[in-house]
Amino acid sequence: MLQTIVAAIAGVALTAYVLFGGADYGGGVWDLLAAGPRREKQRALIAHTIGPIWEANHVWLILIVVLLFTCFPPAFAAIMTVLHIPITLLLIGIVLRGSAFTFRAYDATHSAVQERWGMIFAIASVLAPLLLGVIVGAIASDGVGTVYANPYQAPGFVQAFITPWLNAFTLAVGVMTLVLVAFLAATYLTVEAAHDTELQNDFRRRAIEAGLVLPVTAYAALLAAEPLAPRVQHMLLHSSLAGPIHIAALIAGLGAIVALWTRRFRLARVAAGALVVLIIWGWLFAQFPFLVPPTLTIFDAASPPATLRAFVGAIAVGAIVLIPSLWYLYGVFRRSHQPEPETPH
Amino acid sequence: MSDLLAARSQMAISLAFHIIFAIVGIGMPALMVIAERQWQRTGESVYLDLAKRWAKGTAIMFAVGAVSGTVLSFELGLLWPRFMQYAGSIIGMPFSLEGFAFFTEAIFLGVYLYGWNRIGPKMHLTAGVLVAISGALSAIFVVDANAWMNTPTGFRLEHGQMVDVHPFVAMANPAALAETLHMTLAAYASLGMAVAGLHAFLLLRQPADGFHKRALTVALMIGAPAAVLQPISGDIAGRVVADTQPVKLAAMEGEFRTQARAPLRIGGIPDVRAHETRWDVEIPGGLSFMAYHDVNATVEGLDDFPENRWPPVVIVHVAFQVMVGLGTLLAGIGLWAMWGLVRGRDFGRRLLVALSVGAPLGFICVEAGWTVTEVGRQPWIVAGILRTADAVTPMPGLIVPFLTFTVLYLFLGVIVTWLMYNQVLHTVD
Repeated sequence: MLQTIVAAIAGVALTAYVLFGGADYGGGVWDLLAAGPRREKQRALIAHTIGPIWEANHVWLILIVVLLFTCFPPAFAAIMTVLHIPITLLLIGIVLRGSAFTFRAYDATHSAVQERWGMIFAIASVLAPLLLGVIVGAIASDGVGTVYANPYQAPGFVQAFITPWLNAFTLAVGVMTLVLVAFLAATYLTVEAAHDTELQNDFRRRAIEAGLVLPVTAYAALLAAEPLAPRVQHMLLHSSLAGPIHIAALIAGLGAIVALWTRRFRLARVAAGALVVLIIWGWLFAQFPFLVPPTLTIFDAASPPATLRAFVGAIAVGAIVLIPSLWYLYGVFRRSHQPEPETPH
Repeated sequence: MSDLLAARSQMAISLAFHIIFAIVGIGMPALMVIAERQWQRTGESVYLDLAKRWAKGTAIMFAVGAVSGTVLSFELGLLWPRFMQYAGSIIGMPFSLEGFAFFTEAIFLGVYLYGWNRIGPKMHLTAGVLVAISGALSAIFVVDANAWMNTPTGFRLEHGQMVDVHPFVAMANPAALAETLHMTLAAYASLGMAVAGLHAFLLLRQPADGFHKRALTVALMIGAPAAVLQPISGDIAGRVVADTQPVKLAAMEGEFRTQARAPLRIGGIPDVRAHETRWDVEIPGGLSFMAYHDVNATVEGLDDFPENRWPPVVIVHVAFQVMVGLGTLLAGIGLWAMWGLVRGRDFGRRLLVALSVGAPLGFICVEAGWTVTEVGRQPWIVAGILRTADAVTPMPGLIVPFLTFTVLYLFLGVIVTWLMYNQVLHTVD
C-alpha cells in the first residue's frame, strides 16, 4: 500500500513535470520554429511566458529523481546504469537549455550574441523532450530490466548500453513526447496571447497542426511496441482500463482541437492537459506494478517502510508550504499579459 | 585513466563548479535583502540599484546552480549506482528536504525578480528573505547528506545490507552539526568577503564613490562576521573528525606516528614512503590541544591503520594547510574590517588593499576544504562501509562523459564570470 502511494506520488510528479516543464520545452520548440512576420513577437511571448516559472517547473524532475533513489533505490540504480548515455545527453540538454535561456535574458550587449543563445536554448529544448521520451520508452520496454538483471554477463557494450534505448519503439516514444510538448505549449500560448489576435492565430494554427500529428506518432509508437515492448503494448490494448482510457483520451484530444478551432482557448488548455494526464496514467497503469519490467516491481524495489513513511510525511509537509506558494507565483503573473518582453532588468 | 578515476574526476569537477554557484546563490540573496531593506528605510536610490544588481547576480547563479545541481543529482546514479542502491533509502531524506527548500527558493525568486512592480514592498522584501532562507536550507540539507557519508548512522548491517533504517537518525549523524555549520558560514564568508574585496578594489581607484562604499559596507555586514566566526566552527569540525575519522585527521595533519603531545604541523609535505612529514613548522602539543583540547592527549597516526585504508595523504594535508592558512588570514582581514566599521570611520587605504587581496581567499578555502572532506574520506564512499571502487558504475569509457562535462563546466564558468562582471559590477556610474 505504502509502495503504491509513493509510486502514485511519482506519477503525479511526472504528470506535473510534463504539464508544466514539458510545456516550457515546447515553448523552446516554437522558438526554434518561429516564422512569419511576427517571428520576434512569438519569441518574446514565449520568453515572457516561461521566464518567471521555468525554474519552479524544472523542480518536478528533481523530485522524481530524488523520489526514485530514496524510495526505489534498485530501480534507480538499474535505470542510471543501463541508460547512462541517453541520461547524460538529456543532462547536457537541460544544462544548455537552462543556462542559455538565462544568458539570453541577461546578456543584452549584442543582439547577435543573444541570437546565438536563443539558438542553443531552442535546440536544447527540442533535444530534451525527445530524450525524455526515449528514456521513458526504454524503461517501458523490457530492455533496462533484462540487461541490469546481470550487467556483467551482457553480451557486449552495444547490447548492454545502446540497444536498450536506441530502437524503433524508444525513438517513436521520443518523437511522440516532442510533439506532445509542442502541442501543449502552443495551446497554452493561445491563452497567453489573448491581447494580440494575430499572435493568437499563429499559435492556434500551430496547436491544431501539432494536435493532428500527435495521434499519428502515438499510433507509430503502439506499432513499434508490438515486437519491442510487448508487455506494455498488451496492457495498453487489452487491460480492463484500456477501453475507458482510450475513449477518454479520444474525447480530450478531439475536444482540444475543436475548442482551438472554435477559439475557446481556455477550454482547449484544459482539454490538452487532460489528454496528457490520460496518456501518462494510461502508461503507468499498463506498466503497474512494474517499475523496471520485467524484473523489478514497485514492491521488490521499495525501500524499508520507515523510509517510505518519512518520505510521504515530508511530501505532506512540503505540499502545505509549496502549494500555496506556487498558487501565489502563478497568481502574481496571471494578472497581466502585457506584450512587452519583460526581462528582469 | 581508469574508469574509477574518471568517475571520481567527473564528480570532483561537477562539485568544484557547483559549490561556487551554490555559495553565490546562498550569500548573494542575503546581500540583496539587506540592500532592499536599506532602500526602504533610507530611500537612497543607490541601495535600490544595489538590490537590483545583486538580484540579477542571484538569478544568474541560481539558474546555473539549478542546472549544475540537477546534473549532480543524476550523477549520483550515473556514476555511483551501487552507492545509491545501497544507501538511497537512508541518504534520500536530506535530498528530499533539499528538494523542497530548492522548490521554495525557485518560487520566491520568480516572485522577487519579476515582482518589483506587481506586489507591495513588504511582500517583495518577504519574498527576498524567503529566497535567502531557503537557499541556506538547501545547502544545509545537502551537506548533511555528505556528513552521513563521513559518519554513517541510523541503520544496522545484516549480511552486508542496511536494515533497521531510521532516516532521521541518519540525518542527526555525529558530523551533521559541525559540517553544516562550517559550510554555511563558509558560504557567507567567502561570498561576502569576495564582494567586499571587489568593491574595495574599485574604491581604491575611485575613493569618493558612494556606490562602492555602500556596497562594501553591506557585503562586510555578511562576510566579516562569518569569516571571523569560521575558525571557531572549524575547531568544532576538527574535533568531530578526531573523534569519528582518526585516519582522516592523521592525513590532514601529516601525522604518521601515534603519539601523546602530538605537535601541530604547519605547512610541510608528507613523504608517504618514508612515513614522515618534512619541511614543516611544529608546535609541540599543538595537535593534541586542537583535537582534544588537552596538550597531553594521544593522537592516532596513520601507521596505526593499514595502508589500504589511507586516503591520499599529500593531497589531504596540503589542502588542509591551504584552507587553514588562508582562512585564518581572511578571518584577520574580517576582524580588521569590523573594527573599522564599528569605529565608523572611512575605510583606510591599507584596509582596502587587504580586502582586495582577500577577495578570492574564501573561494580557495572552500575548494580546499571540500577537497579535505572528500579526498580525506577515501578509499570509502560511505566511511568504513562501502568502498568507492565498489560503488562505481559498470559502464565503460567513463573518460568520455568526464571530458564532456569538464568542457561544459569550463564553458559555463567563463560565461557566468563574464555575465556577472557585466551585469553586477560593470556600468556603475
